[in-house]
Amino acid sequence: MSGVARPTRALREGPLRLAVPRGALFAGTLDRLDRIGVDTGELRGQSRSLVFESGGLVLVTMRPSDVPTYVEAGAADLGITGKDVLMERSDRAFYELLDLGYGGCRMVLAAPASGDHVDEHERRLGAVRIATKYPRIAERFFEETGRRAEVIEVKGSVELAPVSGLADAIVDLVDTGRTLRENGLEVREEIAASTARLIANRVAHKLRAAEIDELAGRLAAGS
Amino acid sequence: MTHPIPPGSRDILPDEMGELRALQARLAAVFERFGYGEVATPTVEYDAVLARAGDVSGAPAAHRFFGRSGELLAMRADMTVPIARLVANRYATAEMPVRLFYNARAYREVRPQRGQMGEFFQAGVELVGAGAPDGTVEVVEVLSAALDAAGLGRAVIGLGDAALYRQLLEEVGVADDDRARVLELLAARDLVGLAAEVDGLRVGSREREVLTAIPSLRGGPEVLDRAREMGGEVTARAVARLAETHERIAERGIAGRVALDLGLLRDLGYYTGAILEVYDPALGHVLGGGGRYDELMGRFGRPLPAVGFALYLERVHIAQAEEERIASEETVG
Repeated sequence: MSGVARPTRALREGPLRLAVPRGALFAGTLDRLDRIGVDTGELRGQSRSLVFESGGLVLVTMRPSDVPTYVEAGAADLGITGKDVLMERSDRAFYELLDLGYGGCRMVLAAPASGDHVDEHERRLGAVRIATKYPRIAERFFEETGRRAEVIEVKGSVELAPVSGLADAIVDLVDTGRTLRENGLEVREEIAASTARLIANRVAHKLRAAEIDELAGRLAAGS
Repeated sequence: MTHPIPPGSRDILPDEMGELRALQARLAAVFERFGYGEVATPTVEYDAVLARAGDVSGAPAAHRFFGRSGELLAMRADMTVPIARLVANRYATAEMPVRLFYNARAYREVRPQRGQMGEFFQAGVELVGAGAPDGTVEVVEVLSAALDAAGLGRAVIGLGDAALYRQLLEEVGVADDDRARVLELLAARDLVGLAAEVDGLRVGSREREVLTAIPSLRGGPEVLDRAREMGGEVTARAVARLAETHERIAERGIAGRVALDLGLLRDLGYYTGAILEVYDPALGHVLGGGGRYDELMGRFGRPLPAVGFALYLERVHIAQAEEERIASEETVG
């Protein structure tokens, strides 16, 4: 039980507002929207706009990691983002409604293919140094598997950390694994699988139940 | 030079304070009209006494410190637990039910950079010694009147039952450990994880369908019919208490603002039967909530049924301002 969020934004009325992730999930999300009859031509163009109206929805584009924040506050009624982003949230004041199935990737522990610091450091020092953009997932994973890790949060290319000696290993999201290989890293352990998810604001989920269920049904069927 | 105040705390200036006080007065007038009397309890209590509510009450108090002789003191995280203590102490021989209300501040830990309040006003009632459904119906009626008095004519009261889904899991024969895991996912509002967990349960395919679909059923009384159609006898038994409460609420003529929610669970662990949440279309956050806590009083040595609700005053205030703005735009437009 933690502090009480002090709301500053009004829940919008009118069409449902859907937070759309830019980045790796952008293309898959637009394809899915096209398939349920929401025209995404404008979003695919060169427009610098962030907000679009189409197919009876307001589409708000943003970084995937911002999606839960907007949905929690009610600035968007619904949002699409990766399971990795949701797992990194410590508390969840929103509903996770649907596994959309696309955008599949894996959260893994990866270490240099040659020269094993991970095993040696676990054995001799009792802890491994892990660089990651997902500190909570990394800490929870090591805790749940009964090991100790010193988790170092980095914002940019995580692969640099083992190469430069900042950390012994990394926890990161991999798609094809090409970036890992090119930096001399290999997957050691799988932590979780991630796909795109549909989430809903708590109040919108109750007050606009029929509209939200209808849209979720269409998105589920559009796979 | 500025003199800092701790994260999650804030100063309140005259304009806002005036409006908050006016709101408190309107709510107090409603509570008094229904026969509730105002109480105040100490901001700081013995940690061991508040902890009698059990770890089920969510989390330990945010602020704990040592008193002069080394005893552990704590600041209250809500008013329900202190009032349970107060009733056990001071109304030991009183005729039941006891009707109490409060306009008080509570204290919780804040997570950084989330814009949370660590100190906030709550306005609410506790009805001790009145069972279900009569006590529940009375409290919903008080809540409905309080929302009207606050100018939130469009606010909706979500009504669920804390034991409904647990009972359903039991009735279809889900094992103890599995039950706990599924309930945890429901409490986290993770319907994707819940569906995956239910998929792995050793129950029939029809039972799996029911367990996956029930938490998403919300709306008017028709959701009860849909639940019964879907799950037959077993589901009918699980929703029976909620159905009865809703019928009685309908008799009081306030069913229009009550939305049934078969998947509703509250974060605070002490709820046993009906649970309530308050929503307003002008705001993305829940305005307050409550429900039955029939086992809490027993932890203070007075096994009595009880029910209550609390509104987050700052949120009600913001919703009120939003509703006024929307109304004035509509008049101009």
